Amino acid sequence: MNSVYTTDAIIIGAGPVGLFAVFELGLLDMKAALVDILPKVGGQCAELYPEKPIYDIPALPVVTGQELTDRLMEQIRPFEPKFFLSQMAESLTKLENGHWQLKTDMGEILEAPVIVIAAGGGSFTPKKPPIKEIEKFEGGGVYYAVRKMEKFRDKNILIVGGGDSALDWFLNLQPLAKNIALLHRRDEFKAAPDSVHKMREMVAAGNGKLIFGEVAELHGDAPAVSAVTIKTKDGEIIRHECDCVLPFFGLTMKLGPIADWGLNLEQNLIPVDTEKFQTNTPGIFSIGDINWYPGKLKLILSGFHEAALMARAAYDIVHAGKKFIFRYTTSSSDLQEKLGVK
Amino acid sequence: MKLIVTDPGGQTHTLEATPGWRVMEVIKEAGLPMRADCGGCTACATCHVYVDDAWLGKLKPANEEECDLLADSYVQKPNSRLACQITMTKELDGLPVTISEDAT
Ligand SMILES: Cc1cc2nc3c(=O)[nH]c(=O)nc-3n(C[C@H](O)[C@H](O)[C@H](O)COP(=O)(O)OP(=O)(O)OC[C@H]3O[C@@H](n4cnc5c(N)ncnc54)[C@H](O)[C@@H]3O)c2cc1C
Ligand code: FES
Repeated sequence: MNSVYTTDAIIIGAGPVGLFAVFELGLLDMKAALVDILPKVGGQCAELYPEKPIYDIPALPVVTGQELTDRLMEQIRPFEPKFFLSQMAESLTKLENGHWQLKTDMGEILEAPVIVIAAGGGSFTPKKPPIKEIEKFEGGGVYYAVRKMEKFRDKNILIVGGGDSALDWFLNLQPLAKNIALLHRRDEFKAAPDSVHKMREMVAAGNGKLIFGEVAELHGDAPAVSAVTIKTKDGEIIRHECDCVLPFFGLTMKLGPIADWGLNLEQNLIPVDTEKFQTNTPGIFSIGDINWYPGKLKLILSGFHEAALMARAAYDIVHAGKKFIFRYTTSSSDLQEKLGVK
Repeated sequence: MKLIVTDPGGQTHTLEATPGWRVMEVIKEAGLPMRADCGGCTACATCHVYVDDAWLGKLKPANEEECDLLADSYVQKPNSRLACQITMTKELDGLPVTISEDAT
């Protein structure tokens, strides 16, 4: 059984807004843990547009999605946030002492008096290829992500897709696999040239197969897969024996389990007030792209503002009965100490 | 200026379009089903539409980013375009487009 991780605030979503919330909470003496389904931090900025420039972050005339993420990580480092990555925040329950207990799909248990939902456009989930009855095979022969490589040892693996994930997993799983093949619709890859080159070398050396076409049908005693029917680029129908199919077609965002937490929802957004950015449930706040209030703009800078006001309100819950003093980082030696600059 | 949109249910809507707006923006403003997750950054393909064949020649050709995104779609057709990459101009008054499955 996993032990319980206790902190002051649990932030769901490590996008730019969730990350900045660590800073605002930290200044007010609150520790934070972050949960994200992605294996990395930065949310949309890091996943969807790491190299695209953003021009409307105050005082940063131009910054890319990844740079912004890196800078936020540097800014929050003094507060030592705890990260629970590659896991989905799944269920939320109220404990007798008034605190919240959050469970992830990896079995981690977190407890805190304050919950901050910074889930943005929702949790990143894999896009599914439109193959008949693919759901029946999920978890038995079809996997959209690799969490433990060992699971794929000595298997007949078919990787589907032509992007970085498909190529990376082809290269990484090849040494473990009994047989491995890469299936892509055309002879053009949207992956790092170096990976494509390595893949071609492996295939040329006979350590793996490259097929152009798409999966038409899955066969096997579901959820187990024993073979697939492939329609090749030239229109040929072939049968390919394999026991693991790994489609990598990018990610899309879906609200996910948060929809079942009993919160008010309006068109998949969480209504909040604009004083505290609190939901209809006291102790549960919501900031960034996922929330809604009259006049809401889905901008990073709005999310940052929301984080500051949320932290102010969270203070009254975490430090109940303590008086709040407003201070500037420029002049407060107390704040500077927390930031490690004094 | 008009934009004629067929929704995924097969119903056709005639929308008033503002010159300079992107087709994606006109469709979203009218409240028709279109996710356009990335807000027009050629990053999501959830604004994928089919353009009436007779009008294809009047559009600016797709750039590499758009072609790549469309090539990855399972419902790509020769007349596939991203609605966020088409700007409404005089020449496009009356343009007919159909919203694809990718967009919903
Ligand atoms: C292409 C593009 C360009 C953009 N350009 C700009 C710009 O120029 N300026 C600007 O201000 N904004 C821009 N935006 C919008 C900006 O990226 C968003 O406003 C911002 O990312 C919102 O941050 P967030 O932290 O609220 O959410 P997100 O960045 O969406 O992060 C939310 C995180 O929560 C995680 N999550 C959700 N649910 C769960 C769960 N149940 N369990 C675990 N994890 C979960 C998700 O996986 C995700 O990582 C752009 C967006 C895109 C796509
Ligand atoms: S809105 Fe995302 S590509 Fe057009």
